[in-house]
Amino acid sequence: MWWSRLKALIIKELLAVLRDPKSRLILIGPPIVQLLVFSYAATLEVRNVDIALLNRDSGHWGQELVQRIDGSPTFRSISSAQNLAEVREAVDRQRVTAALVVGPDFSRNIEAGRPADLQIILDGRRSNASQIVAGYLNQIVATLAAETPAGTGAAARSVVVVPRNWFNPNLIFQWFMVPNLIASIALLIGLIVTALSIARERELGTFDQLMVSPLRTHEILIGKFIPPMMIGLFHMTIYILAAIFIFGVPLRGSLLLLYGSSLFYLASVAGLGLFISALSTTQQQAILGAFLFLVPAMLLSGFATPIENMPNWLQPLTVINPLRYFLVIVKGVFLKDIPPAEVLNQTWPLLVIAAVTLSAASWLFRRRLE
Amino acid sequence: MMSPSPAATASSRRERVRRFTALVRKESFQVMRDPSSILIAFVLPIILLFLFGYGVSLDTKLTRVGLVMEETTPLTGDLAASFRASRYFSVVSGRDRRQFEEELVLSRIRGIIVIPADFTTNYMAGNRPQLQVIVDGSDPNTANFVQNYAQGAVTNWQLQRQAEMMGGGPAITVEQRFWFNPELTSRSFLVPGSIAIVMTLVGTLLTSLVVAREWERGTMEAMMATPVTAAELLAGKLLPYFLLGLTSMTLCVLLAVFLFGVPFRGSVLALYALSAVFLMPALGQGLLISAVTKNQFLASQLALISAFLPAFLLSGFLFEINSMPTVIQWITFIVPARYLIPSLQTVFLAGDIWPMFLQAIAIMFAIGCIFFLLAARSTKKRIA
Repeated sequence: MWWSRLKALIIKELLAVLRDPKSRLILIGPPIVQLLVFSYAATLEVRNVDIALLNRDSGHWGQELVQRIDGSPTFRSISSAQNLAEVREAVDRQRVTAALVVGPDFSRNIEAGRPADLQIILDGRRSNASQIVAGYLNQIVATLAAETPAGTGAAARSVVVVPRNWFNPNLIFQWFMVPNLIASIALLIGLIVTALSIARERELGTFDQLMVSPLRTHEILIGKFIPPMMIGLFHMTIYILAAIFIFGVPLRGSLLLLYGSSLFYLASVAGLGLFISALSTTQQQAILGAFLFLVPAMLLSGFATPIENMPNWLQPLTVINPLRYFLVIVKGVFLKDIPPAEVLNQTWPLLVIAAVTLSAASWLFRRRLE
Repeated sequence: MMSPSPAATASSRRERVRRFTALVRKESFQVMRDPSSILIAFVLPIILLFLFGYGVSLDTKLTRVGLVMEETTPLTGDLAASFRASRYFSVVSGRDRRQFEEELVLSRIRGIIVIPADFTTNYMAGNRPQLQVIVDGSDPNTANFVQNYAQGAVTNWQLQRQAEMMGGGPAITVEQRFWFNPELTSRSFLVPGSIAIVMTLVGTLLTSLVVAREWERGTMEAMMATPVTAAELLAGKLLPYFLLGLTSMTLCVLLAVFLFGVPFRGSVLALYALSAVFLMPALGQGLLISAVTKNQFLASQLALISAFLPAFLLSGFLFEINSMPTVIQWITFIVPARYLIPSLQTVFLAGDIWPMFLQAIAIMFAIGCIFFLLAARSTKKRIA
């Protein structure tokens, strides 16, 4: 009996979201487009760098340096400047990320075995990119220095650093982005769909009807809880397929572990959404409330910056963030084949979050009823 | 259909002003009454600024790495000491790399530096000794940092030894200068960027929700039936949000300058000119979204996808536009935040560079006009 009641509610909830063709479209189209656009866009690599060059040296070494930079795949164009004012203008207006100033004695000093100076000016407004560009330029200069008369003596003793990139030998950025986006987009959609579910009924006045129906409070909650999870699982499946077949991300761990843990993740997201929904009286409040949680959650998840880089007082806050745990699982299962014990380690907090938020949501409902 | 009747033309001007102020007042009350708009306009900006000010930073702090010394000689000891002295690494030492491998899988450490058993022999013989740096490629950014810092530590160590043994400096010395932000605090460029995100939220998300609700409830049609013209109606709706956007921007700037010590080298005029013009495409987009969807759920999703995420990811805020694939670089041209963020960073860190600002203002204005035209078209269509 209770099952058929529940089934009716679940079907009604699914219809509420999927009946409208625009809603159907927005639940299926954009998540895929987002995955495609953002996984290619969000790269912290630095490529196609434009630089300005003020070369006051007429000798061989200055020329050689320019050729090396020109030949490097990181740099797109080198524009020559005639004087410092032109360099300033190019940096100021962000036409270039960096500028290189070669002094008049550059080649002469090198030939004479004296230390030669070189100045690099970088745009501190984009300090992240500038630092990486500085690293590239220094590397080019160091290789050049090893070939100078003064440098060749030391070259034999120079230490060769052999880099080894585990799990992602070529450091392909999409392998990192796609698993991250899978978890983030699922949170984005899941949270808003659930946050709206009760707030919508309340705004339209149909919530009272639901309350006087034979459904019990926990049945209503379960009925509100399951449809978003079904939608979430559907998304998850599409994303995993896209990750493997479109982006070529290797799935090294077990698919079962990934699905199993994603159930708990979706449950914690739906729990949070219902909790927000129970707090709000209008749809606008629900959406904005969801947002108030979403933005910090994305920033404090370890997605863009590692959690260990955050200040110590902030780190405990990330404990209530489901994204933080699931990111470790998705990235770990896909790329690193992390052991099941570690997956479990990251899954139980999700279960706790789901349990706490759901109880809080149902408590809020009961209180409103009385 | 909305033109006033001929008889009313004489007093129409005054009438209009009165109508319009009444409309703006009504909308303003609605904004102030709803706690959620206050939440988005004032609480969220504060949270965002705090997170960018204190929490999220792109500056790599101490990264935990494992150091494996397969031999212990004075030379390798000296090299190990230079890794320990690096301000980027927190080094855990060991003799066998296997003990660190599991920690790398579990992300407890970010890299393993291996000094092999034949290091000293090769170094003494001038055989180009090798050093292995194993990193966790599942996070390419941190992996790159660890590789670069390890390389830097090795280079420093070599220069020191060279200076000690031969007395000579490096063949080429590079003098590096980071203009505008010499300490490279990421806060200084993240905070101006987050202001653009806050204004996108107020301008586009909030506006699209509010107007979509009016459509959903049918109050929009009711308003259309009053003597208020469509243009007045929209202007009256948008003005409070325009002011709200500017207020919330002001709050952000005050916090940024006085609490986080972000320098402010440009002029207030430039700041407000850029922000005010940016709100045009932001509000226009919000209006367009609500006119197309007429439903709060759809409006929120569309605002999220077409405004919030692009402002975050396609604006150059966190990710370099030049590094993106060409097709995606084209998409960034219609993201208004792309023009605002570098200009705001310039106002804060570099000062007034008007040729740059004017270009940004012109483009944002043009995008704004396009959004408003499209919004007007789809509104008309709905009523007819």
